[in-house]
Amino acid sequence: MGAVAAKADKKQFQQGDVIMEVRNLTKYFPVRLSLVQSLRTDNPPVLKAVDDVSFDVYKGEVLGIVGESGCGKTTLARTMLRLTDATSGSVNLEEVNVMGLNPLEMKNLRRKMQVIFQDPYESMNPRMNVQTIISEPLRIQGIARTVHDARDVVTSVLADVEMIPPEEYMSRYPHELSGGQRQRVAVARALALDPDFIVADEPVSMLDVSIRGEVLNLMLNLSREKGVTFVYITHDLATARHICDRIAVMYLGKIVEMGTAEEIIRNPLHPYTTALIGAVFVPDPTHRGISEVLKGEIPSPVHPPAGCHLHPRCPYTMDICKEVEPSFLLYEGTHQAACHKAEKARG
Amino acid sequence: MALLEVRDLKMYYRTLRGHVRAVDSVSFDIERGKALGVAGESGCGKSSMASAVLRLLPSNGEYHGGVITMDGEDILHMPEEAFRQNVRWSKISMVFQGAMNALNPVHRVGEQIVEAILQHEKMSHERAVERAEGLLDLVGINPKRFGEYPHEFSGGMKQRAVIAMSLACHPSLIIADEPTTALDVMVQAQILKAMAELRARLDLSMMLITHDLSVIAQTCDSIAVMYAGKIVEYGSVYDVYGSPVHPYAMGLVESFPNIHAERSAVRSLPGFPPNLLAPPSGCRFHPRCPLADEECMREDPPFRQIGTTGHMAACHKAEIVQQGVDVWAQ
Repeated sequence: MGAVAAKADKKQFQQGDVIMEVRNLTKYFPVRLSLVQSLRTDNPPVLKAVDDVSFDVYKGEVLGIVGESGCGKTTLARTMLRLTDATSGSVNLEEVNVMGLNPLEMKNLRRKMQVIFQDPYESMNPRMNVQTIISEPLRIQGIARTVHDARDVVTSVLADVEMIPPEEYMSRYPHELSGGQRQRVAVARALALDPDFIVADEPVSMLDVSIRGEVLNLMLNLSREKGVTFVYITHDLATARHICDRIAVMYLGKIVEMGTAEEIIRNPLHPYTTALIGAVFVPDPTHRGISEVLKGEIPSPVHPPAGCHLHPRCPYTMDICKEVEPSFLLYEGTHQAACHKAEKARG
Repeated sequence: MALLEVRDLKMYYRTLRGHVRAVDSVSFDIERGKALGVAGESGCGKSSMASAVLRLLPSNGEYHGGVITMDGEDILHMPEEAFRQNVRWSKISMVFQGAMNALNPVHRVGEQIVEAILQHEKMSHERAVERAEGLLDLVGINPKRFGEYPHEFSGGMKQRAVIAMSLACHPSLIIADEPTTALDVMVQAQILKAMAELRARLDLSMMLITHDLSVIAQTCDSIAVMYAGKIVEYGSVYDVYGSPVHPYAMGLVESFPNIHAERSAVRSLPGFPPNLLAPPSGCRFHPRCPLADEECMREDPPFRQIGTTGHMAACHKAEIVQQGVDVWAQ
């Protein structure tokens, strides 16, 4: 583990420091072709799930990555964690290049980064009880040898996720828990190794709305009180607005806009963000009006439109949009966007 | 007289461990041309209520009383054959949950609509094809795509095709069960907008079943909030969202984040719905309710009018909630 430990010991990361740097991260998937097709082409098509994405994550923040299905948000999360290898680009966690580590170093680094999956019904072994589930990462990392050794940690993380008294839940099996409780166990499991960085991939989309709040507020409290950094992957801009410090909006493998939740919601610069906000329904019958939404659906990421990927659906398309890809520029504050119209308006 | 009137409807599922009271004494009306939203957590009986109205019960479903009338005619007790010929699909049609999978993958989309027409009306195949093309056009699909298969359609288009099919026999009521749940936000907005336009144009009534209160707020005239097989609050959307009188309805409304509101913690309703094999005594919500007292544990609250006309709720404490108490303050 040498190098990783040495680097990490060197610097104590404070709230607000850059904890993760993502630079030009790219993930292409090959498209399956028939034999004849593959012989005919020199240039086999690829699906550009994540296409040249760069951003920083600050320690202790909740960063939302928002987009529709197929925009590449889950692939981005998996690549950041190196659950899948990137095609190119780099990810540095606490100044350690995640992409350059060998399997043993990677295993050690995994203590620092954890994940919460979407479906609490499928991400837990139904034959394990809560105590076994939560202690598994500790046993894999060699921190505890037996389930019993891990008892203190399990008790404390169960208390952290407000499953009180912890003793009452430890010997239960997943089927004896409600959906919300299961997802809390998933959060507890992610916390067991005391990580600095947690990716939550649609953690509440399988839960009833009435209990989504408990899981989301739990994440928010953990980031505020323990300084854990969360990346919250979601299609739901309304919840992202309430729990995220910053939001990145993705469309067809690219981040098209990024900024604080306030900047994104109050003053969207990219027409896609505007449309996404307009498509969110408001639970208030006195404010009616389904605003003009973009026509059509997301095109295939195998053959994305040239220039700005949004141009065939965008109401403001100019000639330049069809040819030149807009660059990702900084506007006021921390607000960044990739849009020719915004660029022109700024002058 | 309302288009559809349901009174004291009871539908239970027979199981080895006793009856599951999925729909327990529910009453509501749907006026002509109006939309009723039915909301609740999963397992509250909202989909069962839809199947009960359409008389599409699974083999272990049983009616245990109640009346359903449409235009004054009793449709619950009429013979099955008459119901199938004269009511189901021709007067009341349905858009199912997961409609993307409701299309047969090996048949052309257009032919599936033609089949629905010919099942209920006597006409030539050519005329049915004409009408099917007209229906596709109505829901915003190019009629030239009549001969395509479902896999050639995107998710949103499949949903539009299923809506076209539900309109095949000019029904006066459509029951839509989670019609947009599996779709992306942008497509959901497109579909719901198209449905609202169609309803206005064809003077259609709708019963929209969804867990999503923001969809009901944007598209419906009235709302029924269900909990554990019962309607706990019912009224116009303005009354129920503006001044909910049942603690459950209030909690549910508040747990929906409003993207335009000031940033705040997302609220939630602690606990989970009861097992309907052995529902709690008295008010079924009492184990989760912050206001519950002895009366609530003992007596099932009657479904009664609170405040304005047509605003109904089943809660002993409705008057207290109505005064503006923040029941779920943390």
